[in-house]
Amino acid sequence: MSSLTAPPTPELPGAMAAGLPAVRPRRVRALALPRSGKVLFGLGIMVAFLILAVIGPYVAPYNPSATAFTPGLHPGAAHWLGTTLLGQDVLSQLLVGARPTIVVGLVAGVIATVLSTVIGVTAGYIGGATDEGLSLASNVFLAIPGLPLLIVIDSYLPQGARSNYVLIGAVIALTGWAWGARVLRALTLSLRNRDFVEASRIIGEKRWRIIFVEVVPNLFAVLASSFLFTLLYSIGTYVALAYIGVIDTARWNWGTMLFWAQANNAPIANQWWWFVPPGLCIALVGTGLALLNFGIDEFINPRLRAAGVTGRYMRKVKLSNRPRLGLTPVIEGFR
Amino acid sequence: MSGLEQVAAAPSANGTGPPARPADREVVLEMSHLSVDYGLGPTALHAVVDANLTLHKGEVLGLAGESGSGKSTLVYGATRLLREPGVVAGGEVLLASRSGAAGARMDLLKASERQLRAIRWSDISIVLQSALNALNPVVPIGKEFDDILRAHSRLSRKERRAKAEKLLSMVGIPPARLGDHPHELSGGQRQRVMIALALALEPQVVIMDEPTTALDVVTQREILEELVGLRDELGFALLFITHDLSLLIELADEIAVMYAGRIVERAPAAALYRAPRHPYTLGLLHSFPPLHGEVGPMTGIPGSPPDLAAVPSGCAFHPRCPYALERCARQVPLLGELEGSGREVACFLHGGELSVPVELAVS
Amino acid sequence: MTTLLRRLGVYLLTAWVAITVNFLLPRLMPGNPVEILIGKIQGRVTPQIVHAFERQFGVGLHQSLWSQYVHYWSQLFHLNLGFSISLSAPVSSVLKQSVPWTVGLIGVSTVVSFILGTIIGTYLGWRRGTVFDAVLPVATFLQAVPYFFFGTVLLLVFASHLRWFPELGAYSQSLNPGWHWSFVASVLRYGQLPAITVVISSIAGWIMGMRNMMVTTVGEDFVLMAVAKGLPKRKVIAYAARNAVLPSISNFSLAMGLLVSGALLVELVFNYPGVGDLLLTAVQNEDYPLLQGIFLVITFTVLSANLLADLAYLALDPRIRRQA
Ligand SMILES: Nc1ncnc2c1ncn2[C@@H]1O[C@H](COP(=O)(O)OP(=O)(O)OP(=O)(O)O)[C@@H](O)[C@H]1O
Ligand SMILES: [Mg+2]
Repeated sequence: MSSLTAPPTPELPGAMAAGLPAVRPRRVRALALPRSGKVLFGLGIMVAFLILAVIGPYVAPYNPSATAFTPGLHPGAAHWLGTTLLGQDVLSQLLVGARPTIVVGLVAGVIATVLSTVIGVTAGYIGGATDEGLSLASNVFLAIPGLPLLIVIDSYLPQGARSNYVLIGAVIALTGWAWGARVLRALTLSLRNRDFVEASRIIGEKRWRIIFVEVVPNLFAVLASSFLFTLLYSIGTYVALAYIGVIDTARWNWGTMLFWAQANNAPIANQWWWFVPPGLCIALVGTGLALLNFGIDEFINPRLRAAGVTGRYMRKVKLSNRPRLGLTPVIEGFR
Repeated sequence: MSGLEQVAAAPSANGTGPPARPADREVVLEMSHLSVDYGLGPTALHAVVDANLTLHKGEVLGLAGESGSGKSTLVYGATRLLREPGVVAGGEVLLASRSGAAGARMDLLKASERQLRAIRWSDISIVLQSALNALNPVVPIGKEFDDILRAHSRLSRKERRAKAEKLLSMVGIPPARLGDHPHELSGGQRQRVMIALALALEPQVVIMDEPTTALDVVTQREILEELVGLRDELGFALLFITHDLSLLIELADEIAVMYAGRIVERAPAAALYRAPRHPYTLGLLHSFPPLHGEVGPMTGIPGSPPDLAAVPSGCAFHPRCPYALERCARQVPLLGELEGSGREVACFLHGGELSVPVELAVS
Repeated sequence: MTTLLRRLGVYLLTAWVAITVNFLLPRLMPGNPVEILIGKIQGRVTPQIVHAFERQFGVGLHQSLWSQYVHYWSQLFHLNLGFSISLSAPVSSVLKQSVPWTVGLIGVSTVVSFILGTIIGTYLGWRRGTVFDAVLPVATFLQAVPYFFFGTVLLLVFASHLRWFPELGAYSQSLNPGWHWSFVASVLRYGQLPAITVVISSIAGWIMGMRNMMVTTVGEDFVLMAVAKGLPKRKVIAYAARNAVLPSISNFSLAMGLLVSGALLVELVFNYPGVGDLLLTAVQNEDYPLLQGIFLVITFTVLSANLLADLAYLALDPRIRRQA
């Protein structure tokens, strides 16, 4: 979803609770992600793009706005990704545009995750009227279509504010916290009744202490997944806002690149090198985040973990395929 | 090879039949040398090792043992219902199928998916421990009956409905509740529905895996009495799994006791109760208060059941056994028939070379 | 019933929030964006329009916020959404022309995407661990591609290059719009590529959600029981799928918001004359009345779709139905 598809992530407090480490938080281990190829690949992509966000502006070969070159050049030695119809260097735009795109995602992701944790955990732990109110608020924010609301808000912003990408990130976060809050609330509710939380309550620990020491650490996996999810949502939304031209189109990010490409009819004019690189970068970042999320999903819900051992072994001994439900394999004499 | 081991190699069903179990009684389900593993290769866990069980027509066979001893694994493996990473590592499971030629028996371990589908539920049905999880939460229970009858018979919609109503009233639930969903029934009612479902096609073999463990004692009692009545009426053979030995003693004709994946003793219920032959059975009998009668001392068994990944050498029970011999740690005792008694035990104490401890020698 | 009433309550509240936000935003924003705009249009339009504009946004009139709010609501009840400056027409009549295109495009693609994605996800979940798992990385990637970028690529490849589809617009410009066959056929032909874009961009979400839920559900006892009952395989899968689809439906509101947002941008790519295209016009011209009208229309459409999904959920999950 970088752009705009959310995986209809199953809302599954049951399965999540099942996968929760039922240990006392003091012994919570670091999130031991399954070290599958998927997760490592996702991690690799993310690290690469984070580095790009840091160094991008310094390594860009040209000024991304300078219209100093022959327009519409194919990718070549002088311009690795060609030039735009306005005579700008595409690679420089891509490199310079990486930072705002990723920073907006991070800002929005952090703010939204903090919001959803505070709201979700408070609602789930305190319950009663507080819960009713906060749940209602989450449901309302979940039902309002985010992008149109953001377009309205942003178009009232003064020009200066529109190019402040930290501000834009914060505004995006306002529309992106509700989902996480809902999931975290459900999880907190189930944690609340676990033995170790109950025990702390009985010995009279302070409510906020219990929440921060006993409850929140156990939400870590879901928090991480919720953060990645909002990161994905925010980047997609930011790019979409830039593409439609609500936020300052004179500042470079991957969305504004697509905006100018579209405005100059690059697709029809067959100028693929203008719009394919930013689109591909967005898709790659999204893929990386989604792959990381897979790892977390499998951590939360063990049933999703490929129990591939049997399948692989069976193929090795040439025993047809993977076991099927209701047809337990018989491996006479193979022990 | 000791004499004991040779006895064990012979299939237990034929041969010299004990008086309590006439040889001419029809065998409906026979498992021999059944082994079931979790996983493959060198790291596989051997959850069931070389199990032999025979179920006769109309008989109630109880399978007892502590939690984790492999009771469920045994029956799921035998019926090919075991999930990944479970695999059947050998043996034979013969089911007298009514659909095949008279007297023909089908090996479930060699059957194709299609053959299995044909005999499932019509010849062999199964009731799980938790009825709430075993019933589809989003369909009314009437639909469950309907699905079974539709898959296995040519009854019309009306006939299926009538049959479902009859089955439900048979277990004491008003037929009007066919429209209810599982969550609208009580735990006991759900389990009754499961039993009615299991009997829908009048199978010869019904397997029940701890069907009453989740229920309170009174409901448990009611359901078991109903079950005995139904058995007398319909004549199915019942393989009943529980870790509650005292319950089996009232319900079952025969009892098999499992420990760490092996069957360690098999005997007629009364005989097993009166005179256990395996030290583990003796311990088990002392772990539960009997449903009736005086409450004896509940001593239980010291220690805990072994981890399958590290089963003790020799007899798996020897570290917990008060009578353990030096040999028990080295050699695996196999299930063998006790001279002329119609019962089997896997214990070196009964090998004949030694005098049997008095608790295990009651006659 | 109570469940449904509660949901309805949430949606009504959401609608109220959307309307009120619409009312407050231009009044509270720093920098008086509306005043600046009025300065720009002064003299280009009739004084009546300027006046209506001032009333709508509460500029220059010394009225209390509350009486402005009351006025705002009464205008809404008369379906008077103001006057679009850039298109020189009442917003409601502009929307009346665009909304059917968008609802048609999004409606059809949502239904197709949901059904197809659920079926594929069901199968992938059932056959987990086989070669079919190879679909997953592809779906993950597709999920990450922005709708409009994907639309652009499809447009380039299949319309501009291969010429399998018409390029831009919603129907052939040589035809007169109306209920006659050649026009309908043209609409169907022009709608294909935008619809395919939306379907492919959104389908991965349904596939992955359904697949993961299937994997979880197949692990439940009642599915094993269905096998033990000797039911045909088709029936066993149906047992699991019937349960696994429920979260997809209850997550519909989240997916719907994202899908609508994505589809609006697809309209831009294809110059599809729907609300998305209108949105671009409104943004480019800072046409606030039009922008507000669009936002309200989209919100109401999404809320109605959510209500439909809730009804479906209620019909499919007896636990909620009776407990309520
Ligand atoms: N999926 C699995 N993978 C590995 N080991 C397993 C798996 N399922 C069960 N086991 C092991 O197999 C052994 C037998 O389990 P099983 O469920 O058959 O026991 P049981 O006798 O039915 O116990 P209970 O009375 O608790 O139901 C146990 O030690 C268990 O730890
Ligand atoms: Mg069991």
